[in-house]
Amino acid sequence: MAKETDILESVTSSEYKYGFSTDLEMETAPKGLNEDIIKLISHKKGEPEFMLEWRLKAYKKWLDMTEPKWPNVTYPRIDFNDIIYYAAPKQKKKLGSLDELDPAIKNTYDRLGIPLEEQLILAGVAVDAVLDSVSVATTYKTKLAELGIIFCSMSEAVKDHTELVKKYLGSVVPQTDNFYAALNSAVFTDGSFVYIPKGVRCPMELSTYFRINAENTGQFERTLVIADEGSYVSYLEGCTAPMRDENQLHAAVVELIAMKDAEIKYSTVQNWYPGDHEGKGGIYNFVTKRGICSGDNSKISWTQVETGSSITWKYPSVILKGDYSVGEFYSVALTNNRQQADTGTKMIHLGKNTKSRIVSKGISAGKSNNSYRGLVQVNKRAENARNFSQCDSLLMGDKCGAHTFPYFEINNKSAHVEHEATTSKIGEDIMFYCNQRGISEEDAVALIVNGYAKEVLNQLPMEFAVEAQKLLAISLEGSVG
Amino acid sequence: MDKISQENIDLKMRLIEDFSNFEASLNGQSNEMIHNVRRDAIAYINENGFPTKKFEEWKYTNPANILKNDYVQAFTQPAGDLSGIDVTEVLAESNANVLVFVNGRYESSLSRIVSKGDGIFVGNLSEAYVAHKDLINSHFSKLAKNEKGAFTAMNTAFATDGAVVYAADNVQIPEIIRIINIADARTGTYLSQPRNIFIAGVNAKAMISEEFFTIGENPSLTNMITEVFCGRGSMLEHYKIQNDGANANHVGSTQIKQEADSHYSNTTISWGGNITRNNLQAVFAGNNTECHFFGLYLLSGRQHVDNHTLADHAMPNCYSNELYKGIIADRATGVFNGRIMVREDAQKTNAYQSNNCILLSDDAMNYSKPQLEIFADDVKCSHGATTGQLSDQEMFYLRSRGIPHDEARAMLLQAFAEDVIDTIKDEYLREKLDKKLIEILMSTR
Repeated sequence: MAKETDILESVTSSEYKYGFSTDLEMETAPKGLNEDIIKLISHKKGEPEFMLEWRLKAYKKWLDMTEPKWPNVTYPRIDFNDIIYYAAPKQKKKLGSLDELDPAIKNTYDRLGIPLEEQLILAGVAVDAVLDSVSVATTYKTKLAELGIIFCSMSEAVKDHTELVKKYLGSVVPQTDNFYAALNSAVFTDGSFVYIPKGVRCPMELSTYFRINAENTGQFERTLVIADEGSYVSYLEGCTAPMRDENQLHAAVVELIAMKDAEIKYSTVQNWYPGDHEGKGGIYNFVTKRGICSGDNSKISWTQVETGSSITWKYPSVILKGDYSVGEFYSVALTNNRQQADTGTKMIHLGKNTKSRIVSKGISAGKSNNSYRGLVQVNKRAENARNFSQCDSLLMGDKCGAHTFPYFEINNKSAHVEHEATTSKIGEDIMFYCNQRGISEEDAVALIVNGYAKEVLNQLPMEFAVEAQKLLAISLEGSVG
Repeated sequence: MDKISQENIDLKMRLIEDFSNFEASLNGQSNEMIHNVRRDAIAYINENGFPTKKFEEWKYTNPANILKNDYVQAFTQPAGDLSGIDVTEVLAESNANVLVFVNGRYESSLSRIVSKGDGIFVGNLSEAYVAHKDLINSHFSKLAKNEKGAFTAMNTAFATDGAVVYAADNVQIPEIIRIINIADARTGTYLSQPRNIFIAGVNAKAMISEEFFTIGENPSLTNMITEVFCGRGSMLEHYKIQNDGANANHVGSTQIKQEADSHYSNTTISWGGNITRNNLQAVFAGNNTECHFFGLYLLSGRQHVDNHTLADHAMPNCYSNELYKGIIADRATGVFNGRIMVREDAQKTNAYQSNNCILLSDDAMNYSKPQLEIFADDVKCSHGATTGQLSDQEMFYLRSRGIPHDEARAMLLQAFAEDVIDTIKDEYLREKLDKKLIEILMSTR
């Protein structure tokens, strides 16, 4: 490993000379990863010194780590030196309003069917749109600022709220947590930062759109949500990506911190390019999401609707540290064609009287493979911990696979842990009932799937729920018959 | 190099040395077909070594803890002292076949065989090899292949003795066959490796119970394999009862192949031993098979029991049902890893699995990992897992009726465990187990 780095350094150090220090106009870093690229990213973003040190430390750790092999997914080896780690849209000055946004970028949003303006106006959602790593538009910022809420891009936060970032960044997902978290810590380019002050209830849903735009650019987002004592926030994350033939890597890290009596609700609709029917192209979505209920009576709830990406590898987790804290995980994961998903959650019970609930609904169609993998851990001091897990799988077609790998590690006699899982297909009798009433095969499937996923979809905020329902129907098109 | 892998290498070298001694002692039998299988097995160990706890299959049970003692292979030792070994209680069941193995070696003087006649063979491996050579050759190591891991290969490499039960087509063996494995740990630290083969022909029927006991305090390791072949339409009841001593370790692998329309039921009861690892794997090679796995683990002290099961639905229209129950006290650890595999063409599969566990102490651990891997769509599969404690209401109900605390608790635990004991069809054996269950529950804190 060390030898490899040496070679890399010698090859790339020549570029470094002309590279980052002089060519300030450069929007894209050269391919590959080494210390100079990290220095370049940090420099480009005008970060304080501590950030660079933090990144380099993560990079050094990453070099010693190996890719995880345990997920139930197969894909060709990723060449981490064939990736561009920094790409910014051609944008020079900061924007005052949305109108100043590059029409080409706006067009991308419109084509993808996300009515940014409409949502802003109608739904009153503050959108921090992230397009290829650099935040280009932040709205409603002033209104939120009145309440003392900080909602900005990560790069701004690093500069403007250094103390908070210094204190909490990496506190839930340490740099060395796993291979992709270490990679992210070294090269993350942007993301969202949210801070809700004591006792404030965030009046609107905070939301971000992530979009992978430039070809061959890995997207390394870093999100940090801090809910101070007694506060509440609901955060939405929605993703779509344009069609690309080459596989793109997305390794994001999301950290949530809920203090005493605080509540964080984190919802995701993920609809990235899943690759074509033969499984060519598509996004590799290797994400580390974790929240900590650090104070008593705190609550973290993850809701996700996963329909995109060629490979999904993601386990939004909750560490239930505070007494009486609650962790929830609601998930619908749909895979079609040759998609692979290995997703689930971890609930780590540390505090007394902690509760967790897991509802996972997997739907596999085509030649896809869908795995649930979840851990419920009750530690020795976690008196009266309570967990209920339910993971159901729906199979459509005889070429797909549905797998369940729950892990239970119970170390306290007062724990009550229950798990149930079922796997089945859509009953012929149900289909017949629908057909008989003039509902076409495809509509009937959409109807049944939506009913099946209702328990999770109900957890989503209104506007997302509608979108997610449509998404399920669209994703299943052509999978029946 | 870390310590574990160093120990592994030491063990490997010792086994290879053992093997050449063993080979030399065979007196010309080394050209036999069965010995080629043994040679392949030792080659497998030489190449692959032993697993470490980094292997997903050994995540919760560290093989190093099982292998850490300097075991001496029992076959290298003289027959030893049989005095002090008392099997009268087993022999008291008058119409039972009793096969006694001491440190993996058959002791005919302690055994009694009642089932004889055409198409029936009940006896040990070396006798069977003389009487039914082709039968043994065509079944030996056909299921417990080396790829199952180093422990399996280790048994295959040194397989010389064990129990063989054969019921030819349309033959029913009415009497239960009780195989008593005794680890004599009074004088040495032994590794015994019994190798059992059970073959049921078309429409054949048998009931077999494997039981384990230890005498003496030295550490011991039993690394055993049982290969079970269920012919078309056959019915087999199979029990495994582990009463081992506090220093006895056990690694057991039971491999089952079920032909069409066969019915197989396994009940594994573990309430003894230090570290116990049971692998139970059934593959369904024909339509309409039925398979039941029942398990009970009742642990105290620092016991560690790891049950790994696999129901491999390779063919359509099969049914499998699994129920494992655990009661864990003190600092004991229970592990359950149940896997249901439904292959691509195995439509109309019904597979159920459940694991319920009661923890009696805050130092007790339970790891449960029920898995479903499904590649067919027209299936009904489910699994459930629960971990908890005795219900306060139920305790209150009994206490308010004047039943003392310990008795009330034992009563509730007995009701919990009885589901599994009830699956034992041999009345005599079931009663004995019931008695022992209550005895253990009354002494558990």
